[in-house]
Amino acid sequence: MSKIKILTNGIIKDNPVFVLLLGMCPTLGTTTSAINGMSMGLATMFVLLCSNVVISFLKNVIPDKVHIPAYIVIIATFVTVVQMFMEGYLPALYETLGLFIPLIVVNCIVLGRAESFAAKNNPFDSLLDGVGIGLGFTLALTLLGACREFLGSGSIFNLRIFPEENGALVFVLAPGAFIALGYLIAIVNKLKTK
Amino acid sequence: MAYLMMIIAAIFVNNIVLSQFLGICPFLGVSKKIETALGMGMAVTFVMTIATIVTFLIQIWVLQPLNIGYLQTISFILVIASLVQMVEIILKKVSPSLYQALGVFLPLITTNCAILGVAILVITKEFTLIQSVVYAIATAIGFTLALVLFAGIREQLELSVVPKGMKGVPIALIVAGLLAMAFMGFSGIA
Repeated sequence: MSKIKILTNGIIKDNPVFVLLLGMCPTLGTTTSAINGMSMGLATMFVLLCSNVVISFLKNVIPDKVHIPAYIVIIATFVTVVQMFMEGYLPALYETLGLFIPLIVVNCIVLGRAESFAAKNNPFDSLLDGVGIGLGFTLALTLLGACREFLGSGSIFNLRIFPEENGALVFVLAPGAFIALGYLIAIVNKLKTK
Repeated sequence: MAYLMMIIAAIFVNNIVLSQFLGICPFLGVSKKIETALGMGMAVTFVMTIATIVTFLIQIWVLQPLNIGYLQTISFILVIASLVQMVEIILKKVSPSLYQALGVFLPLITTNCAILGVAILVITKEFTLIQSVVYAIATAIGFTLALVLFAGIREQLELSVVPKGMKGVPIALIVAGLLAMAFMGFSGIA
């Protein structure tokens, strides 16, 4: 597989959210606005990237019987790094994303990539895979966040497009997350069949 | 009375799936039939209660005295993962019938973020042990309720005519959205 293909694979063909339907909890929970969605995506991407590379380096050292717990410890370490960094430098963002930062540990995308890609490929390819999948995830979250922010409060990335009182508040609340994601996946399905 | 309010709030008002977005994977994955949904719900109730007690005690007895709170995420996920494994082994020996009912769902539970989520939530909310247990059970009941309701709707959905692009996950998500909207009606209660 060529290097570019590894990179683009995660963004379009195997997009973790729209195609593989993984990592739904942060996707729905943190996308109240485009910025929040993007930050969550970037935080996950950092963890994915680091854990992919480290696991790929250690794949021959870790005994097969305990590989899942070992992977979880590696992932949890990087999650703690992100958590401490955000708490220290971006306290407002840390407050908004809240519980979903430690929950990156149980995001199926991260463990899934470790198991299906990093454990079988060299560190450089794993790095590319991490970047690709991470970008795909970030893109999906930003898109969903932008849709919800636009429909719910009339702005994108805090850029006002129409007055806030004309927005449908439900899109910022819980039900809107499900409905917006449902329609986005339907659109992706439609585009795929063409 | 305070406990009653907490239970109602955890089941209906702040329903873990429909308003806090935790445990969406099993919510979408094992909700095609009411029976499997009920089985998953029971397994989650079981594990969530035990996991919350164990992680709570670890926080109080190990992490806080040693001042290593930053190891919370790592230690909790490891404890939950090994706990699930242990529950599986014990159930197999002690109660084969219960194992038959819950067995298939147990391995899936490790990656259910609702378990880790509740374990961390009760710490951040500074609950006592009894409050934590009540909260965990109520939350799990809320999870089961949402899962069973959703499975019931999806069973009906199989029989109805859905536009081609909307089949499967998209329509399920939109139905979940409507269900979440219905649950928002409870928000005045507590």
